[in-house]
Amino acid sequence: MLSYPTVRVSLLFLAIAVAGLFVADIAITTANPWRDLGQFFIGVATPNFFSTEGLLTALLRTVAFGFVGVALGSFFGFLLALVYRLLPVRIFCAFIRAIHELFWALIFLQFFGFHPLTGVLAIAIPYAGIFAKVYSEILEESDPEPSRLLPPGTSAIASFLYARIPDCWVQIRTYTAYRLECGLRSSAILGFVGLPTLGFYLESSFSQGMYSDAGAMLILFYVLIATMPIWVRPKLLPAYLLAAPFFLGEGFPIVWGNVERFFTEDIVPSPLRNGEGLAGLSSWLGDVMITEALPGIWNTIVLTQVALVATGLLSLLAFPLISKHFGGPVRRTSGHVFLVIARSTPEYILAYILLQLWGPSMLPAVVALALHNGGIIGHLIGRQTNAIELRPDAPTGFTRYSWELVPRVYRSFLAFLFYRWEIIMRETAILGILGIYTLGFYVDSAIQNIQFDRAMILILITASLNIGVDVLGRFIRRKLALQTMPTC
Amino acid sequence: MSGFAFNDLSASFGDKRVVGPLSLEVQQGQHVALVGKSGAGKSTLIKLLYERLTHQASLVPQGLGLVNALPVFHNVFMGQLDQHPLWYNTLTLIRPFRKDRDIIGTLLNGLSISEKQWVPAASLSGGQRQRVAIARALYRSAPMLLADEPISALDEPMAHLVMKALTDQFSTSVIALHDVDMALAYCTRIVGIQDGRIALDQPASELQAADIMALY
Repeated sequence: MLSYPTVRVSLLFLAIAVAGLFVADIAITTANPWRDLGQFFIGVATPNFFSTEGLLTALLRTVAFGFVGVALGSFFGFLLALVYRLLPVRIFCAFIRAIHELFWALIFLQFFGFHPLTGVLAIAIPYAGIFAKVYSEILEESDPEPSRLLPPGTSAIASFLYARIPDCWVQIRTYTAYRLECGLRSSAILGFVGLPTLGFYLESSFSQGMYSDAGAMLILFYVLIATMPIWVRPKLLPAYLLAAPFFLGEGFPIVWGNVERFFTEDIVPSPLRNGEGLAGLSSWLGDVMITEALPGIWNTIVLTQVALVATGLLSLLAFPLISKHFGGPVRRTSGHVFLVIARSTPEYILAYILLQLWGPSMLPAVVALALHNGGIIGHLIGRQTNAIELRPDAPTGFTRYSWELVPRVYRSFLAFLFYRWEIIMRETAILGILGIYTLGFYVDSAIQNIQFDRAMILILITASLNIGVDVLGRFIRRKLALQTMPTC
Repeated sequence: MSGFAFNDLSASFGDKRVVGPLSLEVQQGQHVALVGKSGAGKSTLIKLLYERLTHQASLVPQGLGLVNALPVFHNVFMGQLDQHPLWYNTLTLIRPFRKDRDIIGTLLNGLSISEKQWVPAASLSGGQRQRVAIARALYRSAPMLLADEPISALDEPMAHLVMKALTDQFSTSVIALHDVDMALAYCTRIVGIQDGRIALDQPASELQAADIMALY
């Protein structure tokens, strides 16, 4: 077994995660965690859909922000994809997508305030970076032969419209639809920083202990996501896109003086602002590094590694739930329901709920990240096993699982896992806003203390960390010759 | 001018020379059949010629190069994308003009696939796909034809129909063919390729099928 590089890499990551568990803080600190969890489940079981009219407004705003943000992101992402072969464009896109939606929202909040533009840009900017990368990969894979056969003198645009786009249209549409779903999740969690979407109402009902209201919101959100194939129709899409900007709400007007001050004063490192020169700057930077950046980086990496392995273990445990090689239709249907709930709950909301119930430590974050990402990978792998035909006399039960299925899907499992590595790290950093000591915690505290210069430095560090993990993940995938496709 | 003369045609994959060096001269009005074993270098030679003759030649490659997601009509229309301004091409993508619909409809009718005009290329059979690629080459109406096994997936009556249409419309052609009888029936000159070089080059009228079989 040890002679397989995939096994050796897996064991290495497992060992790192186990070591991480020893240094990580994974205590449950609330007095009655199970009673709180029970009350929460009772709340979900007895949802109250009619407590306030705010619920429907929040749902509408969530959809509106999601649509406008994803539409702008996909439009500009497509334009960027056309010039994606240029190195500066690639670096720019890697940078804007390495910064999480919530960080973008926190930045824009400082100068646009609670204006709809804040939420729209917070989704559109990182999504444009992601769309640019994936669209360009899809375009690259299109068959080059038809465009070679066009009569010389065909304009580049006509050639693109006829020989390129139709070939990738289905993939582009599928991916954009998938991203729209992600956009609705992003839109929902923007509420946690104060925008008028679902997260805002979830947080306020939770803090008042109104679990039935919170449950109603979660159920509506699942219904919204699960029914997307019904209400998102190509024919209706133009109508949605035209209408969405009018449902973003008024917010507060932008004070342009704030915008100017933010760029010319707030984000300039304070020693430079106060004329302390380079000496002041380097001691200021040293202070930021030692007191905030390094502990933040350390905790982010530890939590990411633990969550990555937990995600992997959960995916491996979860995929038989929907695989046709195990159990009957009843088990598979309930497996589907479980995985749909796990993957359509944004990890941020999962982590928020678990943190309220178990108290602040890394445990809720690990469980939330593993549930969400494990739900996604488990679903993809389970679907993949359904395409496998086993011989009629194949063993059953655990032997079937360990001898027939896992070896067949292990490589693509690893491919998905390493693909999501960067995503898990992005989320880990952001979960700091909830009070876990990852980079997001230090960014959030710097903003609370009106030290935007510190916040910007920490956001830049977070972005570089994400880019680093992305590069490393791609390196490992290439080393192990793992195929990946832009599916998740 | 629609003949050509090239010296030093050659191509390699890695270290392995697959074509040439060879010289080939084709005069206007000649229909040249390239014959020879699979792997002799016929396809590579057609590719080399197309690289040099892009402006004057319609190509039917072995892979056909259809856009699977587009209907047959648009795949054929692509043969004249250079003839129209961008707005015209873009509108055609959404809703073709009657004039073009009629012309392409007639063309497809001649190849017995007019009923497939609005069907995506992806859902066609092998023989139907081949005829779409041929229709595209005919529609482009360049002075010369380069074709690589254009009738390999067609039944015999259809193969005759296609070879006649191709040799009627194009005044000059170079066609790689497997079928020796077809080559003798429709082409005026036979060029036999063996290990990347010309092993036979004679007017079709002076050859029998048995003379060509020596190459195989």
